[in-house]
Amino acid sequence: MTRNLGICGFVTGLLLFSGVACGQNQIPPRPSAYATAPDIPFTSVPNFIKLPAGLYLGEGIGVASNSKGHLFVFTRSGRTRLFEFDRTGEFVREMGDGLYAFEMAHGVRVDPQDNIWVVDEGSNMIVEFNPQGRVIMTLGRKPEAGGGRLFATPPNGAPPPPAQPYFFNRPTDLAWDPAGDIFVADGYGNSRIVKYDKNGVFIKAVGTKGKEPLQFDTPHTIAADAQGNIYVGDRGNRRIQVLDNDLNLKKIIDNVGAPWAICISQGPHQYLYASNSNPDSSDSRYFPVSGEIYKMELDGTVLGKFGTPGKLLGEFSTTHWIDCRHENELLISEITSWRVQKILLHPSTASARASK
Amino acid sequence: MNLCLKLSVWMLALLGAGAVYAQSELSYDTNSSFLKWPEHIYMGEPAGVAHNSKGHIFIYTRTGSVNASTGTSRTFVRGGTRLFEFDQNGNYVREIGQDIYGFVWAENVRVDPQDNIWAVDSGSNMVIKFDPQGRITMLFGRKPESATIPTMPPESRPAPNANAFGGRGPGAGVLGDNFGSPADVSWDAAGNIFVADGHGTGGNARIAKFDKDGRFVKTWGSYGSGEGQFNTPHAIAVDAKGNVYVADRGNRRIQVFDNDGNFKTQYTGIGSPMAMCITPGPHQYLFASNSNDAGNYDNGEIYKLELDGTVLGKFGSAGKGPKQFGTVHAMDCQSENELYVGEVLNWRVQRVTLHPGGGKSSK
Repeated sequence: MTRNLGICGFVTGLLLFSGVACGQNQIPPRPSAYATAPDIPFTSVPNFIKLPAGLYLGEGIGVASNSKGHLFVFTRSGRTRLFEFDRTGEFVREMGDGLYAFEMAHGVRVDPQDNIWVVDEGSNMIVEFNPQGRVIMTLGRKPEAGGGRLFATPPNGAPPPPAQPYFFNRPTDLAWDPAGDIFVADGYGNSRIVKYDKNGVFIKAVGTKGKEPLQFDTPHTIAADAQGNIYVGDRGNRRIQVLDNDLNLKKIIDNVGAPWAICISQGPHQYLYASNSNPDSSDSRYFPVSGEIYKMELDGTVLGKFGTPGKLLGEFSTTHWIDCRHENELLISEITSWRVQKILLHPSTASARASK
Repeated sequence: MNLCLKLSVWMLALLGAGAVYAQSELSYDTNSSFLKWPEHIYMGEPAGVAHNSKGHIFIYTRTGSVNASTGTSRTFVRGGTRLFEFDQNGNYVREIGQDIYGFVWAENVRVDPQDNIWAVDSGSNMVIKFDPQGRITMLFGRKPESATIPTMPPESRPAPNANAFGGRGPGAGVLGDNFGSPADVSWDAAGNIFVADGHGTGGNARIAKFDKDGRFVKTWGSYGSGEGQFNTPHAIAVDAKGNVYVADRGNRRIQVFDNDGNFKTQYTGIGSPMAMCITPGPHQYLFASNSNDAGNYDNGEIYKLELDGTVLGKFGSAGKGPKQFGTVHAMDCQSENELYVGEVLNWRVQRVTLHPGGGKSSK
């Protein structure tokens, strides 16, 4: 539902009001892995994404590549939009233009069959497109238009309504195991992980809001390894919780900061990447303690780190998404710089340097 | 002139308000039809106007409508503002930033010495830098994800918490680029970036400084009327020496700071400065508009000053006719005698030409 409010000043006042409500949070320390993790040399490919005249990216919410190297960028532009680019960064097409579920982008992933899945935290929906760009499955349902009302923001601290098997409350991300079962991180409103089978039938859910094991404080990003283990970036608790395929807790990784974005590479030897992003509050006091991305073994052994916060090419402005189909070729999208960077890691130079 | 009259003039000059009426009137003409708009494109309120080194003109305007849409428990806001480019002859060139996330409520546009175009948007709390080709190259601030529906009108909301912002006072902002309704941007010769941030008690009341790479350097000011405090810092300009001039609209003054934000002096007697600009060239001048409120036709004159605050003259008055000004919000100094003036009430940009030597002295 889109409605012309007419009185622009009114809306501006609303934005303005919410803009000054930001508090002053306690600044966390550097993650403990930072001091010992070696720096991985890297470069950012200049002018990688090429947009047609008159077309712009908004907040770089999500980026995912398919088996041909095409990339799909889910962005908060004037509207929420989904763009496809080829492996050289040339614009291919827009998908889902005007889609009912496109309200507030949060994530995009490509499954092994090259289907494109988007997560929208504004409509509470997950939508699967086939490689041709047609919708073939949906999860969740966008709330019906509120009888002509705008929604008042719930007061801070108000408990969310009980979670339902087939409805989300601001979902953030999804992943698949080798059987095609679907794991949804849900999300800002709920604090749980939900498992569905490949046909979208609910199997189980775990998690409530909190700090204990198997509780979550904004499960913001999720990935599965080739064995079907599930890795959850529990951002507010500054940890990654590793679950088995039945959603039992296996391990907690808590030395790499607040995982805004995680990603597991493909191939026989898989690696785990996690971004300790500088917060979108743009508070410069976080800059000395955040902004780096860690590379790990799946068991949590930290292999290295790279990146610093900033607005220049090769710096990161609140990394929101990582695509790591290839171990040393990452696609990184950022919230507070409206862009996608193609990052090439050069670990051989790092090991050469370390061996001296 | 008899002694009594001389004394009266002196007394008037000593009074702040009196000084306003003692300034000489500058002779001027305007052209309000030099912009040639394509069919089906309309200007709304021209919040900002700026020119680049080729004389191209950029207009950041509130047009169309802000739209709100409801997703789940939140309300999202978008649209309502556009950026247009015209050539030096007023021919339409193109639109820049179509349908981007940060265009919500136009506040100002400025062009830096490298011809980058900077849009300031108080609806999205963002400052957006475009390169001369019109691609986004740097961003400051972040649009709130959703709009809060307030349960009370703005005037009855509680005052900002005096202990907010780490005890630095209401309106002091975070140590970074999270703006509260920013108003304007300017640069010094080294490329450092200064943002006037922002609007009254509901927003911030401070100046934020960044280096040319966008790294936060410092911030100064909070809400108030003392030296170095602000009540709606609505326009900002930096002179060739790096001094920072802030149009402190709600306090009816221009404050001058050194490059590090140390207070140097302030100029009063020029009304409530809504728009301001400094001319290029070896001898720089300062123009400031005492714009009328949208609800009346009081004031409306534009002052020409030396950088030291000496008022050289004034011109114009509020109104809808040619050579009149309807709430000037945008002002761009092309030269000492050539200005672009954008009016909120009249949806137009006038090219103002001053005629030096043709000025009439006040009697």
